[in-house]
Amino acid sequence: MSLMSLTAVRLGEKIKNREVSVLEAVQAALDAIEAKEAEVGSFVTVDREGALKRAAEVQELIDKGEIESPVAGVPVAVKDNMCTKGLLTTCSSKILGNYIPMYTAEAVLNLEKAGAVIVGKTNMDEFAMGSTTETSAFGATKNPWNTGHVPGGSSGGSCAAVAAEECPYALGSDTGGSIRQPSAFCGVTGIKPTYGTVSRYGLIAYGSSLDQIGPVAKDVTDCATILEIISSYDSKDSTSVKREDYNFTSALTDDVKGMKIGIPSDYFGEGLDGEVKEAVLNAAKELEKKGAVIEEFNLSLVDYAIPAYYIIACAEASSNLARFDGVKYGYRTENYNGLHNMYKKTRSEGFGAEVKRRIMLGSFVLSSGYYDAYYIKALKTKALIKKAFDKAFEKYDVILGPAAPSTAPELGQSLSDPLKMYLGDIYTISANLAGLPGITVPCGISSKKLPIGLQLLGNCFKEKNIIRAAYTFEQTREYVHSPLCIS
Amino acid sequence: MANIISDETIEYVGILAKLELDSEEKEQAKKDMGRMLDYIDKLNELDTEGVEPMSHIFPVNNVFREDEVRNGDGREITLANAPERKEDCFVVPKTIV
Repeated sequence: MSLMSLTAVRLGEKIKNREVSVLEAVQAALDAIEAKEAEVGSFVTVDREGALKRAAEVQELIDKGEIESPVAGVPVAVKDNMCTKGLLTTCSSKILGNYIPMYTAEAVLNLEKAGAVIVGKTNMDEFAMGSTTETSAFGATKNPWNTGHVPGGSSGGSCAAVAAEECPYALGSDTGGSIRQPSAFCGVTGIKPTYGTVSRYGLIAYGSSLDQIGPVAKDVTDCATILEIISSYDSKDSTSVKREDYNFTSALTDDVKGMKIGIPSDYFGEGLDGEVKEAVLNAAKELEKKGAVIEEFNLSLVDYAIPAYYIIACAEASSNLARFDGVKYGYRTENYNGLHNMYKKTRSEGFGAEVKRRIMLGSFVLSSGYYDAYYIKALKTKALIKKAFDKAFEKYDVILGPAAPSTAPELGQSLSDPLKMYLGDIYTISANLAGLPGITVPCGISSKKLPIGLQLLGNCFKEKNIIRAAYTFEQTREYVHSPLCIS
Repeated sequence: MANIISDETIEYVGILAKLELDSEEKEQAKKDMGRMLDYIDKLNELDTEGVEPMSHIFPVNNVFREDEVRNGDGREITLANAPERKEDCFVVPKTIV
């Protein structure tokens, strides 16, 4: 059995108890990556040399008693939109194909301080724009449950790496569901925390008012533990929030007695796959057996979340991605005629089709004459959506639903119809608009042997409620390793 | 399709977005944008009269700090990423003719 089949916390314990050395743990990850990458393709960059060097350093720090954290010495993979000093960071885009950051993202720095060893950077949809990891300029990642299917996106590489047991845990980022949806598709657990909880400093921006970094792992304990480590108030992120309580692991209790869980009936209507529906409702029953009070309710406005999201996210993206101009870093076109032509050709050659589509839409909705009709309208819709959630959370501690309307689609089926792909984000996107924390935990396997994910949403700053509910549900079910790990 | 995107609009958006699309890409962009706007127009069903637009979920204020240098000299490592450099400068195409 590979060390990579352990959870991050279990492996961390073994390292602490001297049953396993940091080098052995890191070597196990590198071996697993070497064995599985050809099939799954989770990584853009594998930093073999850096990881081995760092393993020796961390071992020394542990031996000296200078690092004491639950994940000290445990290998981790980082989504390729988080800057890592001296290590290629591409956002899975040609335009950043040669970019070596001069600093490390705050969340990654927090992990490093806790003794984590980065083994590589994971593949993603280009600039996190996509739901399948197929828009990556470096090729698609495959789903470890069935390599004919996508892993979901945009953190598809991170989720596939964890499901394929190439590393025990990974960091992802979530702008419209990019941690929760691929976690569901890959049968792993992922958390998007409340907006402002994890610093965005060094996270290459897509939709700044929506982006949050979070952990992807095999279980809820790992996710809570890692979230506790990466969360911090950071003056370098102007929307960072100083929270009173970062003690997420204290919510790891098998107890939901009296917890009020609301099921939005509007999440279970047309478009939801029958098997997904059944698995998610069964999960609700399990929680009810454990003492939770389950009630159906009407959340409302669900159909308006996707249009509002695409206006806001694309508007912010068109502004954020203006920095890629071929001057300071990244790709520059070879032949050009003057400055403006250089900008245009660099960007047109450097960005992929989906990124260009979103920049165009964003530029349009922000343009004079359309700004009020689209952008302001979307911000007003966002206010109404937030209000609908506020009202729901007056009654419920947790909102329970599916993470995605179906299981992972086949490779090559999604990109030809972007709008259809966007509609797949229906259950995850509202949490970003309203800033809410959300967690996905595996809750079943379809007849086609693909994982199904349960999503739990909490009110802002109430991660503990969803962690407690997710942990309690998790106790009713064994973790199922993906077929790629068993062979 | 209710939203017909004209050649002029796509041209104009291309200027704003600093993107150069070939004729095939332009046709595709017109179709994609029209279809997306048709979908987005769903928001018009919502009565948002009197609703305050929400750009941030939490009340945010400007974060002020003293203007002191906190990072070290990152000149070399910064310029190492430049597509073209000359000594300690980024090289760009001639801007004043």
